Amino acid sequence: MYTQALNTSDADDRHIEDAARAAAFQARIDAEERIEPNDWMPAAYRKTLTRQISQHAHSEIVGMLPEGNWITRAPSLRRKAALLAKVQDECGHGLYLYAAAETLGASREELVDLMLSGKAKYSSIFNYPTLTWADIGVIGWLVDGAAIMNQIPLCRCSYGPYARAMIRVCKEESFHQRQGYEIMVTLARGTEEQKAMAQDALNRWWWPVLMMFGPPDQASQHSDTSTRWKIKRFSNDELRQKFVDATVPQAQYLGLTIPDPGMKQNEAGHWEYSAIDWDEFKQVLAGNGPCNRDRMAARRKAHDEGAWVREAAEAYAEKRRHRQVAQAAE
Amino acid sequence: MPKNAGTGKWRKLPNRIEGTVMATPNTPLWEVFIRSRNGLAHKHVGSLHASDATMALQNARDLYTRRGEGLSIWVVPSNAITASDPAEKGMMFEPAESKIYRHPTFYEVPDEVGHM
Ligand SMILES: [Fe+2]
Ligand SMILES: [Fe+2]
Repeated sequence: MYTQALNTSDADDRHIEDAARAAAFQARIDAEERIEPNDWMPAAYRKTLTRQISQHAHSEIVGMLPEGNWITRAPSLRRKAALLAKVQDECGHGLYLYAAAETLGASREELVDLMLSGKAKYSSIFNYPTLTWADIGVIGWLVDGAAIMNQIPLCRCSYGPYARAMIRVCKEESFHQRQGYEIMVTLARGTEEQKAMAQDALNRWWWPVLMMFGPPDQASQHSDTSTRWKIKRFSNDELRQKFVDATVPQAQYLGLTIPDPGMKQNEAGHWEYSAIDWDEFKQVLAGNGPCNRDRMAARRKAHDEGAWVREAAEAYAEKRRHRQVAQAAE
Repeated sequence: MPKNAGTGKWRKLPNRIEGTVMATPNTPLWEVFIRSRNGLAHKHVGSLHASDATMALQNARDLYTRRGEGLSIWVVPSNAITASDPAEKGMMFEPAESKIYRHPTFYEVPDEVGHM
């Protein structure tokens, strides 16, 4: 009887210990304490966050491509400077986020490799093309607008490094949305052709933007634990509704029509939208969107063509280290 | 916070993500500290990768001061930082917590004396 206990005690103790630690961990989360990198955390919490933060980082980096497409063709120096600054910010967001993910134990290099190999996902929205200048207006207004809706609650996420990265990101995002809306106002006040261009861009981006918030609540697989761990503070549908309610009056001001004839305001004042085509969403996530192959090819090309720079920098640093060692020995 | 800060005796590195091939070599990690205004101390703002200190400074400039956030930058190799163990924070900080006589409110000064 005793030996039997001994035989099993190892695994059992660990299990009991983990259960106790997990309970203490959850109590810290419930008390709104922030979890920091060296604190104990359940393996699943670490894994969920590593996946979420790195996917968020990949999205910022891939997200530079559709807008980068228009930097050299911006209609004025003012617009060009603003767009360049915005795209630089997105790069910065990607780097803050990789750094946050790294505190969980992954390296940036391996996370980037996962993205380049197609194993890691990034936001579906960046697989749509930017066909006209109006698309740059719509991206700032709606894509960054939707990102802000998502990111503001993440500033209170239970994981400290992620929350802090989000605070920096949110401070910078507000300029992104405003410069996009300014482009839309200019087009909406312009010629018939410009107005038509603005409307066409809105028509093409509206539904993909609504998909940015992710699958409907009944179908979302990660939500429950993420909510319990306070990584997620609002459901996909709640955020989507907030976004739609905030956006409708902005579209009305522009004199543009949201491409959803069935949309109506309910008694509570919320705008009810029609059914979203989740098949399209699944297709884009599965790699079959209009630009998936293009985006991956562009990222791989940049990575490969930058290899010599990384190697040269490393070789130079190595040479300097040797020289310092040699000088110290003299 | 550097992921490898401290002696590592209390925390083994978490599992690598499954199925990853380490195709790209790792570039060293640096912690960035910025003095935001005259008279303030440098404050930790985040981390970045760079192959040497000069590039770390330049990258820190581009990454953390795009809107005039700083007057001065320090970069420190992340592995040069020794961190206390959060699991031992009780033992580490208890000696200060029990010494309430280190605070001014512990002492009674008669009201007639006024503010002191
Ligand atoms: Fe961003
Ligand atoms: Fe943005």
